[in-house]
Amino acid sequence: MKFLKAFGQFWYDFIIGDDWKIAVAVVLALLVLFAAMTAKLFGDTGLTLLGGALIIVAFSISLAIDVRPKKR
Amino acid sequence: MDAATWGLIVATFVACFVEMVEATTIVMAMGYTRSWRSALIGTFAALGALAVVTAAAGYALANWLPESALQLAIGGLLLIFGLQWLRKAILRSSGRKAVHDEDAIYREEVEAAKSAGESKGGLDLFAFMVSFKGVFLEGMEVVFIVLTFGLNANNIPAASLGAAAAVVIVLGIAIALRRPLSMINENLLKYGVGLLLASFGTYWAVEGIGIFRDGRESLNWPGHDLMILVLLAAWLLLSRIFVAALRKPAAPAPVGASDLAVEVKK
Repeated sequence: MKFLKAFGQFWYDFIIGDDWKIAVAVVLALLVLFAAMTAKLFGDTGLTLLGGALIIVAFSISLAIDVRPKKR
Repeated sequence: MDAATWGLIVATFVACFVEMVEATTIVMAMGYTRSWRSALIGTFAALGALAVVTAAAGYALANWLPESALQLAIGGLLLIFGLQWLRKAILRSSGRKAVHDEDAIYREEVEAAKSAGESKGGLDLFAFMVSFKGVFLEGMEVVFIVLTFGLNANNIPAASLGAAAAVVIVLGIAIALRRPLSMINENLLKYGVGLLLASFGTYWAVEGIGIFRDGRESLNWPGHDLMILVLLAAWLLLSRIFVAALRKPAAPAPVGASDLAVEVKK
């Protein structure tokens, strides 16, 4: 059990790191892209450009959350 | 050799260079304060473990996953790594996060080594374990980057060449100077690697979403590989905008506070 916990912690630290918001931002952006592809909204060009834009926006939001003024 | 291969070599070289500098600092601290023999045994044991992981993971990834799944899984992880590096680079450049300092890390490792107590027997377990852990953890990131870049570009030898060159150069500098490599602007290098990983990661992760459509074919970017340069420019521009927008005005540092303005952990 201890080994499993340490194993899980290692992979969490390795992949998620010290800011989980980045991983969540990437997953959410790819989920929206997946939904757009499933709904056949665009062709390949539209989908790839949308994907790129979604990732950039998701990262910007996660960074904005990171640096927002803390309430006292 | 074409431009893509050179790009691959440069990307893996810079990524490996940064990680090697960090690992070298830890091993040097153990070697100088505890035992060079134990620190080097720990280092070679970690390199052996990394070689096994590389061979196993490389074989599994190359043989078991279809191309689009590989692009999605690897692109997604590369993107997460790259954006984390980019986030730190933006926060450091804008003065919102402490700067990474190899000298401070070295001092902290030396203090820990001195306070760990004497070792009994032939092998100094403290020096061995700290060296092993440092090299293995830093090396895992390099292994991952080499595998992902190499597999996606279908050129593992070029990616390995970039990483191997970095290992040789960092070790050469460390042996020549015999002190932590703090003169290297690690923060700037990390910024560059973050931009590269974010660009390649965006490109491959978006392509890989095609695994979920009929035929499981990757999505095609307009302009194909050239789009990576556009993404690189976009990430660079975005990061500069963030640095400018988030920059804190420099406050006068209190006496004795200069040592605090560094980060002693990764």
